[in-house]
Amino acid sequence: MRTYAIAVYLFLYIPIGVIAIFSFNAGRHAAQFQGFSTQWYGKALSNPFVMEALQTSATVATVSAALATVAGTLAALALQGVTGRPRIIFDALIYVAVMVPGIVIGISTLIALVTLFDFLNPVLSALWPLAGAAPKLNLGTGTLIAAHGLFAMALVVIIVRARVSGMDRSLIEASADLGATPWGTFRQVTLPQIAPAILAGFLLSFTFSFDDFIIAFFVAGSETTLPIYVFSSIRRGVTPEINAIGTMVLAASLVVLIAAQAILQRGRRRET
Amino acid sequence: MADGTETPIAELRAATKRYGAVVAARSLDLSIRRGEFLSFLGPSGCGKTTALRMLAGFEVPTEGEILLDGQRVNDLPPHRRPVNMVFQHYALFPHLSVADNIAYGLRQRRPRPPAAEVDSAVAKALETVRLPGFGPRRIWEMSGGQQQRVALARAIINEPKLLLLDEPMAALDKKLRHDMQIELQTLQRTLGITFILVTHDQEEALSMSDRICIMRDGQIVQVGSPRDLYDRPKNRYVADFVGKSNFFEGTVRAVEGGSARLDCAGGIRVVGRPSEGVATGQAAIASLRPEQISLTRGEDGIPVTVVNRIFLGEHTEYLVRNPDLGQFLVLSSRQAEAGEGNFEPGETGRARWRDGAALILKND
Repeated sequence: MRTYAIAVYLFLYIPIGVIAIFSFNAGRHAAQFQGFSTQWYGKALSNPFVMEALQTSATVATVSAALATVAGTLAALALQGVTGRPRIIFDALIYVAVMVPGIVIGISTLIALVTLFDFLNPVLSALWPLAGAAPKLNLGTGTLIAAHGLFAMALVVIIVRARVSGMDRSLIEASADLGATPWGTFRQVTLPQIAPAILAGFLLSFTFSFDDFIIAFFVAGSETTLPIYVFSSIRRGVTPEINAIGTMVLAASLVVLIAAQAILQRGRRRET
Repeated sequence: MADGTETPIAELRAATKRYGAVVAARSLDLSIRRGEFLSFLGPSGCGKTTALRMLAGFEVPTEGEILLDGQRVNDLPPHRRPVNMVFQHYALFPHLSVADNIAYGLRQRRPRPPAAEVDSAVAKALETVRLPGFGPRRIWEMSGGQQQRVALARAIINEPKLLLLDEPMAALDKKLRHDMQIELQTLQRTLGITFILVTHDQEEALSMSDRICIMRDGQIVQVGSPRDLYDRPKNRYVADFVGKSNFFEGTVRAVEGGSARLDCAGGIRVVGRPSEGVATGQAAIASLRPEQISLTRGEDGIPVTVVNRIFLGEHTEYLVRNPDLGQFLVLSSRQAEAGEGNFEPGETGRARWRDGAALILKND
């Protein structure tokens, strides 16, 4: 059993370790280590294509995570009041949304968006009141944000709801008893209580969006996110520069994930 | 206190609470006097918490009315009622300091009271519950007993018309509970706020309350002072709930002049005060408090064998057995022991009681 476990972990982590090690390779071949150097990090960070992709990724991740956090938190709070069969249906739909393979979400979102744009664009140009051509709805940053935000919302609902349902109901009653209005109670008691889950939900949504390739690949249109850039560069061969980018993305994601976990843990510990 | 003419501070009028087919409280009628300490006493599920929650506004009665200071408040939500509650597990806000917890109620007022005023009120409340200087502490740094004082301070700072206490002592150990009971009582007298306590602990209710409202199955069984309930319980349920008592079943043979005679098994007769509704020929029970029975080596009384003995310091409690009445308790004071000496388990003797000491009650 133990040997199996070790083998599994080695199989999982050796390739990642290799990428991290080879990102410090002084030579230009990915398969042969020729001494330590950080030159590829410098190259990656001064590459305008990389920086542009990074900026797109960061924008999409921030905006989609913010939207998902607001909508997901509101949904989690509202779902408290839903019971019985509708509750089961909502729960099932949320879990299904998280479990559906990315490729299915990618394709279906693409088809849905293209169909929608094909219908809307003629309507828009026909009704355009100003001079000049009407703006054409197209795939791009907006669709990336929409697709990522929608998926991440399900994540946020699950995380925030765990916290909401674990919350002591009597705190809300105590607040009302002390004269706080329902809004006052929400602001002064509910929100501080679920804040760690909201923040964790935001961070997880951010990393999901930042790392996602599959969904982005379908709905990005002419935009390039960092994972898409990496994918397209690999077709021209794996260079240590790609390794450096991969290692940086990995490090950033790990930091954010660990932060999210720490925030959730802290919130849980304070409760007791 | 209440002289009968002033409006009661709170009233339940035929208040009923149903949850679907379940009736949690059935037509409760109760008028609460200004400044009194009233306890709802009963086993879990008897409706005492529902009664309290209807006063707080967390439950809206299905039928009937709730009045505060003569005003109907059925539709007034909790945050608009001048009533505060100490919750069973205190429900202190874990993300706020002790001082911020206590100041919470004042800070909800509009217009907002000035900060200096709030601070001095918080300091005063902390003094009142004997936690001066604990303001900056976090809630989880406080012990159970201290948390309870914080919960108390958080409620009384608002000077509510009613202070509701939902089993506030349930989570404390015995010693702490006793100290807290005394403190609560003192606090109630100094503040003059009407306290309403929910408890299943009869000792707690007896020692602290001006009046006790005994409940069963969502209904009020009897309301009265601790002494009233102890001396004049309405039925077996009350006699059993308030203090210890022995019950002997029998048939009522005669009722006259405030005295009734009950014939029990083996031709044993018990003469005592009948409660309302006891009539000749009916099955009834005699209730005798352990301290009303004495154990002697004389010739009078019914023969008993000592089964067990528990030394309680000032008193000794004997469990004795009579072939006809079965086992019952006798509480013997040290003074009585001096005359008769100790009884050992297995020893035989006689149990006696004064004619008229017993209560003849309806068996329900």
